[in-house]
Amino acid sequence: MKNIAELEAQFQAKVDAEIKIEPKEWMPEKYRKTLIRQISQHAHSEVVGMLPEGNWISRAPSLRRKVALLAKIQDEAGHGLYLYSAAETLGIERDELVQQLLDGTAKYSSIFNYPSLTWADIGAIGWLVDGAAIMNQVMLTRTSYGPYARAMVRICKEESFHQRQGYEILLTLCRGSEEQKAMAQDALNRWWWPSLMMFGPRDADSPHTAQSMKWKIKRKTNDELRQQFVDVTVPQADFLGITVPDPDLKWNEETNHYEFGEINWDEFWNVVKGNGPCNRQRLEARQAAYDKGAWVREAATAFAEKRAAVAV
Amino acid sequence: MRQSLLTYTLSLGDNSMILGQRLGEWCGHGPILEVDMALTNISLDLFGQARSYMQYAAEVEGKDRTEDDMAFLRDAREFRNVLLVEQDNGDFAHTIVRQFFFDAYHQLFLKALCESADERLSAIAQKSLKEVNYHLRFSSEWTIRLGDGTEESHQRMQAAVEALWPYTGELCTSTALDIEMADLGIGVDVAELKAAYDQRIAEVLKEATLTIPESGWQQTGGKEGKHTEQLGFILTELQWMQRAYPGQKW
Ligand SMILES: [Fe+2]
Ligand SMILES: [Fe+2]
Repeated sequence: MKNIAELEAQFQAKVDAEIKIEPKEWMPEKYRKTLIRQISQHAHSEVVGMLPEGNWISRAPSLRRKVALLAKIQDEAGHGLYLYSAAETLGIERDELVQQLLDGTAKYSSIFNYPSLTWADIGAIGWLVDGAAIMNQVMLTRTSYGPYARAMVRICKEESFHQRQGYEILLTLCRGSEEQKAMAQDALNRWWWPSLMMFGPRDADSPHTAQSMKWKIKRKTNDELRQQFVDVTVPQADFLGITVPDPDLKWNEETNHYEFGEINWDEFWNVVKGNGPCNRQRLEARQAAYDKGAWVREAATAFAEKRAAVAV
Repeated sequence: MRQSLLTYTLSLGDNSMILGQRLGEWCGHGPILEVDMALTNISLDLFGQARSYMQYAAEVEGKDRTEDDMAFLRDAREFRNVLLVEQDNGDFAHTIVRQFFFDAYHQLFLKALCESADERLSAIAQKSLKEVNYHLRFSSEWTIRLGDGTEESHQRMQAAVEALWPYTGELCTSTALDIEMADLGIGVDVAELKAAYDQRIAEVLKEATLTIPESGWQQTGGKEGKHTEQLGFILTELQWMQRAYPGQKW
């Protein structure tokens, strides 16, 4: 029998050779744990992310927008499903992952702890939040774990559609009345910084990054992805004719990148710790759905067992 | 005749739209993620149908108005949906029973409307029927599963059947407008659907081990614009943006 060091060396050689790791193969326990944590966090984000947008289904301003919003949120539920399935290939059940979300041991993206206050927020979420998610997810289509990479390929196609749809909502507002344009600016003011926070702490404060890069779970650091997002997004704001709420934002001719101001890291850590404007409401909503659904799940199981017994 | 066709078309759109709006309230809150998606799917289909009817209604009216004007700028008394679809979601049992009671009717109605002499209504019916076949399968299966599931699910389902039963009679009660439209070969005399409807309901409820309530009293009025108190609240949310920001494009 091979010893652990040998197995680890073989594993790393495979990763280095860009061969995908598949569920049945040997992998370091820490790799498995890291993936479960990351994929489930991602799945929870898709599901919790349904709430701030779902908030506007009943009030969407036109039938066309309402249908598009419903379809978008339904896509997010589908992303949650693919990702829970990907996590399950690592030997953990969906129900256990959901319990971890509800008891607070698993996280979800902090962005969804901010409230969606106006219709323009639906545009801003699509443009900025899905836009930031795409940066991360495009990278993850090449992640080393096969099922995760394949889930990402499907998801990315839909996310870029969401991003365009959100941008188009804001474009309509910015080409509309003064009142509508002010609504768009207000949404950008409130969603810009939380969107930059989506990429996580600075590289210097991100202790897991080096190992994740070595295992090719991640291929770009938080700061690289954040910079990429700013570079892509600022010209889009210019085209809309609204202003990014950062007085330090400027184009650097030499680096060919935007320079931007310092993120409020106190706010970042506060929201991570549960003190964001909607942390409590989001978890309460998930808990309520879970509790109110308990009798439905029990009944479905009982019925399936009855029918199986009859079939025998 | 044009006024009648307009009102008739709107009434069909109202049924789909109000039920779609109710189902949309479940999005993100369903008991199982897969069920959440299925309810959203049905909601999407219903809004798609509502748009087809309302676009056609706007054309029939001929006053250069749009589907959104039809949906967002009519008051509660002008809505012609049946009372059943505006009833609140309640627990999942109420949502499923409401859906099943409506789907069973909707399928029979659309099958008949496919034969309409009005080409547009016939085309909408043909497209919608495919969707509603799926809705009925979903709601029938869940009615049976929950009726014959656990003690608790059975009780909840029976309670939902009792609560919603009084709103089923209106489905197959023909109004003067129904009869006028049926006589023109455009609409459906829904009273003729009643035997098939009752049979469908009885079959599924029997398999679900649920009982049809004894009391025969039935509420009506929705098809004439006399609604339950719930519709006003639905419209308050549905129409809020268009009312708060008149004349703007979104
Ligand atoms: Fe997503
Ligand atoms: Fe998305």
